[in-house]
Amino acid sequence: MKQKQKKEVVKEKKEKVLGSLTDLGTRMYDQINRRQFPWIKMPSRSTNNILYDDKTRQYILGDKNVKRSSRNIRHLRPLTQLVWTASFADELTRQRKTSTLRDVFYSAQAYEMDFVDQPESDNIITDLETVVGFPREDFNIFPEERSAIFGNLTIQYTIPGYEGKKLNLASHPDGMMIGPALTNAEFVDCKANKIIAIEKGALFTRFVEERVHDRFKAILIQTAGQAPRGTRAFIRRLSQELKLPVVIFTDGDPWGMHIAMVIIGGSANAAHLRDLNTPDAKWAGVWATDIVDYKLPSSKLTDLDVKRLYELQKDPRYHGKLWKREIETFLKIRKKAEQEAFSRYGLTYIVDEYLPAKLEAAEDL
Amino acid sequence: MTEVFQEISPADFFYRNRDLAGFTNPSRAIYTTLRELVENSLDACEVSGITPDIYVRMSYAMEPVEGPGVYNVRIEDNGLGLPEEVIPSAFGQILFGSKYKLRQTRGTFGLGGKMAILYGQITTHTAVKVISSVKRGKIYEYHLMMDIQKNRPVVLKRKVHKNKNRWHGTILEFSTEADYTHAMSKILDYFKQTATVAPYANLTFVDPRGRLYRYDRATTVMSKPPQETTCHPHGVDVETLKRLIEQTKSKNILDFMKKHFQRVGNTTAKKFLEYAGLNPKKTPKKLSTDEIVQLASAMKSFDQFLPPDASCLSPLGETLLKTGIQKEFNPEFIEVYQRKPAAYSGFPFIIEVGLACGGGIPNTGKPILYRFANKIPLLFDEASDVSYKVVNDQVDWRHYKVYPDTPLAVFVHLCSTKIPYKTVGKEFIADRPEVEREILNAIREVARRLSIFLSKKASHEKQKKRLDVFSKYLPKIALFSAKLAHRKKEPNVGPLLKSVLTYETETEEGSSEGEEGKGSR
Repeated sequence: MKQKQKKEVVKEKKEKVLGSLTDLGTRMYDQINRRQFPWIKMPSRSTNNILYDDKTRQYILGDKNVKRSSRNIRHLRPLTQLVWTASFADELTRQRKTSTLRDVFYSAQAYEMDFVDQPESDNIITDLETVVGFPREDFNIFPEERSAIFGNLTIQYTIPGYEGKKLNLASHPDGMMIGPALTNAEFVDCKANKIIAIEKGALFTRFVEERVHDRFKAILIQTAGQAPRGTRAFIRRLSQELKLPVVIFTDGDPWGMHIAMVIIGGSANAAHLRDLNTPDAKWAGVWATDIVDYKLPSSKLTDLDVKRLYELQKDPRYHGKLWKREIETFLKIRKKAEQEAFSRYGLTYIVDEYLPAKLEAAEDL
Repeated sequence: MTEVFQEISPADFFYRNRDLAGFTNPSRAIYTTLRELVENSLDACEVSGITPDIYVRMSYAMEPVEGPGVYNVRIEDNGLGLPEEVIPSAFGQILFGSKYKLRQTRGTFGLGGKMAILYGQITTHTAVKVISSVKRGKIYEYHLMMDIQKNRPVVLKRKVHKNKNRWHGTILEFSTEADYTHAMSKILDYFKQTATVAPYANLTFVDPRGRLYRYDRATTVMSKPPQETTCHPHGVDVETLKRLIEQTKSKNILDFMKKHFQRVGNTTAKKFLEYAGLNPKKTPKKLSTDEIVQLASAMKSFDQFLPPDASCLSPLGETLLKTGIQKEFNPEFIEVYQRKPAAYSGFPFIIEVGLACGGGIPNTGKPILYRFANKIPLLFDEASDVSYKVVNDQVDWRHYKVYPDTPLAVFVHLCSTKIPYKTVGKEFIADRPEVEREILNAIREVARRLSIFLSKKASHEKQKKRLDVFSKYLPKIALFSAKLAHRKKEPNVGPLLKSVLTYETETEEGSSEGEEGKGSR
């Protein structure tokens, strides 16, 4: 019964997405029939309309709107590209096929959509997300980069050809790729009680080798740098549907800190989207204070690092106590350390000593 | 040692200084030869209002050559012809001619044509054959050579033919050293440009290789022939003044001033003589040399003379200039403009300009300049010419929406009783401030009109482009929105496309809510 309910979640969402795309088409269709130059309205994504929302603890778009009207010659092309992209997404979703951003760029050429370059087509896809209110992953357009997952979680596929098939995510020691098949799967059985997101592949592998998933009952996720949006949405789903806490380990530098923050508080780039962030996730390390406390081998902060820290200081997402303290510490010690730095104390030190301590600390955050 | 002083004849002088007259080398010589002969022929027709038919033929005297060699030149015109008695002198004696008067003609001294024949004689030692007839008389044929030292024609042979058809005109035939290979492009340029400023002439040129170039007339209307005038006081020097005094029948200077100078009436003459400090009742012939010098310098400095009379000028006129440019260049746009007469140093002049754009005008990255002086194309030393300075340094073409990739030709025609050439070569015009200003103003006027044309054209193109964009994208929006909405029939964008042309670019410039900084961060 519980399972069936969950299945409805995925299915219902698909229908909502498709409905939203159809609405877009119908609106413009009717406009043309009424002898209006077809137009659309959507929230503005310009920087002055991106606000931090304390309630949802993420960036959201304000109430400024932009109108794209085919009456304006400069809007004509992007609007056409948008309708085409919508129609392309509609087809993908209905036929349950997936595509990448790059695919979209090339597919467009068959329709003389003449995107100048991929950034242009990527931007139109972002427009489409803004218009319909769903991330592109919901209409089956994915980025190239993929991250991985490993842990004692059994999933059931919903994609064509695999429907009903089950898989335990601990069955392959390199981890399973977080792609459309996985993000569209239902969760069947979970033996874990937490999720650990790790920035670096090397550490992810170490954790798998050291059986962290068993010893700490954790689902391990490797973000491979900045977590792709699909992965961020997936972490949120895991945490919400399975009610699991999330802790994040990154390098001890401003960039690692921000990787954690994007998982927690979302990015300004995705301010037009919801349900990508996990506000309750915790950043557990490597902190600046860890560098001091654990006497980690470190390197000096570069000018760029320092500049980035000052930027982060101004960012509303970083106004929490922990973040303020860590930024100040970084600026004070002028040092940074990588996750691998713990190897100084032996390969298993990080799992035997550091991780338990940090998990404990994370509970108090 | 004592120096030997010796008198030389004018012919001898020009023989020794042929470089000055444009006979520097065989290539330049043949260009000058054809040019002088064609100009004489055109003048011979225009003076009496005959629409010119001019035929020029060059052929190899012996076997074909590349580069320098001996060529035969024949030129025929349908001009007034020459009375029999002047034929030998007209072609065999330097400084004999009809052009020593104050009116605008192509040549000034009637020298160039004779130089051409002289050059032929000294390079090939052959005679010139002249055939000419005035309408009513017989046709006379002379074979002449010039006695260079004595500056006298030597008649070798004389024939008289019947003239049943009442032919009038002149035919010249002689041999000369030339380098057609190198002169060809300039010669062809010369014919084309001459055809431009003489659109009422039929020009035919057969080159040594047997190729025929024809420039047919596009009109039979000719510009008004120039009137002879008296001198303007500003343009007179002591020597001219002495000669006038010698000839005059006037009994007092007041009368002398009124009679021999243009635009000098009783009042002006009196005021002037008062200014010059001379008694108006004085007999001109009794003026002392000092007084003549005094008179001449007062003439230059007195500033109350009326500007020179321009009736001695024969500008082409806007219609003819336009016709000429149209027929030879077939551009998309032509605008011509004639300035009011102006004067420099007592010589009247008129500037006419034409601007041609697009069509047959090639795109060379900057305006192409065509210069004309008294209906003669100037082909050499362009960069030293005043027009070049104006076109390239003084006119801000961008201001008129002309950009380096705009195919543009500028035609500048200066007519004057005395063209201010910088050198004897008569190839470029000095930058007299008065002339320069007139050229600049004339070009600005036509450029203004061009810029209106160009902006209209640009706006048409913009409209067309606009429609193209809408025609490209609106059907696609219709197609994909129908697909998205799951409708079988696409909505009709026809009415929308129709309305694209009717409303202007209002929405394009600054729609406040339409703009968006592509939300990237």
